[in-house]
Amino acid sequence: MQRLKSSIALLGLGLLAAAPLAAADPAPTQVGFVYVSPVGDAGWTYQHDQGRKEMEKALAGKVATKFVENVPEGADAERVIRQMITGGAKIVFTTSFGYMNATEKVAVAFPNNFFFHATGYKTAKNMGIYNARFYEGRYLCGVIAGKMTKSHVAGYVAAFPIPEVLQGINAFTEGMRSVDPKAEVRVIWVNSWFDPGKEREAALTLISQGADMVTHHTDSTAVVQAVEEKHKDNPSLYSFSYHSDMSKYGPKSCLTGTTHLWGDFYIRTVKEVMAGTWKGTNIWGGMKDGMIKLAPLNPAVPAPVKTLVGKLEKEIIAGKLHPFDGPVVAQDGKELVAKGKSMTDAQLGAMNYYVKGVDSTLPKN
Amino acid sequence: MAPGLLSAILFATVVAGTPLILTALGELVTEKSGVLNLGAEGIMSVGAVAAFATTIHTGSPLLGVLAGMAAGMAMSALFGFAALTLQANQVASGLALSIFGVGLSAFIGKPYESQTLNSVPPLPIPLLSRLPLLGHALFEQQALVYFSWIMLGLVAWFLYRTRWGLALRAVGETPVAAHAIGYNVLRIRYLATLFGGAMAGIGGAFLSVFYTPLWVEGMVAGRGWISLALVVFATWRPLRVMLGAYLFGGAMITQMFVQGSGLRLDIPAQFLSALPYLATVLVLVLISRNRSTIRLNSPASLGQPFMPDT
Repeated sequence: MQRLKSSIALLGLGLLAAAPLAAADPAPTQVGFVYVSPVGDAGWTYQHDQGRKEMEKALAGKVATKFVENVPEGADAERVIRQMITGGAKIVFTTSFGYMNATEKVAVAFPNNFFFHATGYKTAKNMGIYNARFYEGRYLCGVIAGKMTKSHVAGYVAAFPIPEVLQGINAFTEGMRSVDPKAEVRVIWVNSWFDPGKEREAALTLISQGADMVTHHTDSTAVVQAVEEKHKDNPSLYSFSYHSDMSKYGPKSCLTGTTHLWGDFYIRTVKEVMAGTWKGTNIWGGMKDGMIKLAPLNPAVPAPVKTLVGKLEKEIIAGKLHPFDGPVVAQDGKELVAKGKSMTDAQLGAMNYYVKGVDSTLPKN
Repeated sequence: MAPGLLSAILFATVVAGTPLILTALGELVTEKSGVLNLGAEGIMSVGAVAAFATTIHTGSPLLGVLAGMAAGMAMSALFGFAALTLQANQVASGLALSIFGVGLSAFIGKPYESQTLNSVPPLPIPLLSRLPLLGHALFEQQALVYFSWIMLGLVAWFLYRTRWGLALRAVGETPVAAHAIGYNVLRIRYLATLFGGAMAGIGGAFLSVFYTPLWVEGMVAGRGWISLALVVFATWRPLRVMLGAYLFGGAMITQMFVQGSGLRLDIPAQFLSALPYLATVLVLVLISRNRSTIRLNSPASLGQPFMPDT
């Protein structure tokens, strides 16, 4: 479909060349996207693709987008990015951490093109980085979990112990314990971003061990589906989705989810580049920037909890509430952030521990 | 440990082991006839997507399983044509089939990625399912779990108690001799390959219709490779395939229960993910030390093409 679109665009270009009268309309700026997994119907890449579509719609006629999905991180990525540039792309967004070095290399080789890399830390004069504060959504999910749990145990299916995942686990725990100090969060590492079978088993394991609030930091919908299945027998069992709104997979049991919205960022950035006003990007956006949002709350969430979450969301947006406001205490009892202070971005980026309230062992690296 | 928890662990172990048993049993029969089909991962993927699509359209998991089986047979027929009729290198053909199958399943499955199925309810066996401890784990499972046990019995009986099983094993040991006494080696190898494909297809169907009722690209997630390793691990004995499958499944499940229980037990999860393969290497080393064990079980002409002189 995409290929068809770009060939239509090419055909259009040919017509333009043949009819000089119409040439006042400049050729659209080509924008490329590199995805690590198939777009699918939910998940990390799906959210980026939604952003791409929004951008294409908002700048209709001025941009033409194309994407390559399922690109392995590493040498293949560099080839794909180069191909995009030689194929006419002016701007390329690379949407996975492992594309960092490849993006940087190509950015050096093509100084007149623009590159944006998600979740990395290397920048150049024509290469920007962007990321989102996923943990803000996690905190709010934790608050809902704390209000609705009966067993005071939450389960968390996680992929790999990297800072981004730990921020999520810890923010969820802080949120849950802010309203239910007795609450505990149990974590199962499945060591895979994507293995529906394992994700499902991990969720069922957590449920059989007493967790009634289950969430995940993996890419499939298996956890939400497993909870929906068990919800029939245990109506106090609920889930929270990640990346996308997965309520379709858990209409009764998925309370909400942390979703990533990249559309506004893509529109803004592409506009800036086209206008020549772009001056480097290093954005770590949260709810304030519209990059993180909660999926619509399930009707099962009681009205007072809805109100509370709405209020907290406003406080986060206003900068009055930070999920890691002190005191933040590590699992072993050590104070990480003193009362009255908040965790700094540098501290967040180096997170390699559990906070108090997580009842699991962190695998050693 | 509470009995409820133990029962839950056993239950999950049986479920996790089932796709491995199905696929490995099929591969075992294929290998016993002297054909090494490394395409299990691809066959399972295609079987999974065929089963899922059929179940979505017809609403019948049974038809889904049949479709998965048929797709698996079609895939293995492709392999048979390359490796048996054309006598291409079996290792290369099998690897190609794996890569092709994973890609093909992604291609066919695109429109089905957003759809969901209702989970297939378990089929409790009266009386037995009420046994303490084992009742829930063994006799309150989905139909395909019982099917895997039936197939285990059938395969063991067929290989070691029937004339045709003997013929199949003879073909795997010395195809020349089997040919000399009048067996059609190619036909037997074709049938064994098709059986292997059918079982891997059913294994895939179990994943997409019974285990996690959804289709997403890459959902087989290495289970085809584990099944291949399992056949070697089991030294080509059917019963050991089942034990191995539950061992591998059990290792994964127990590790999750340990993590979820909050026990402070430090086993790197990466180590557990590597365990099936480590165990296979270990078994290979052990059986290689003892030539008679290998001769007893491993098909002597595994992976070697045979074409009768005409």
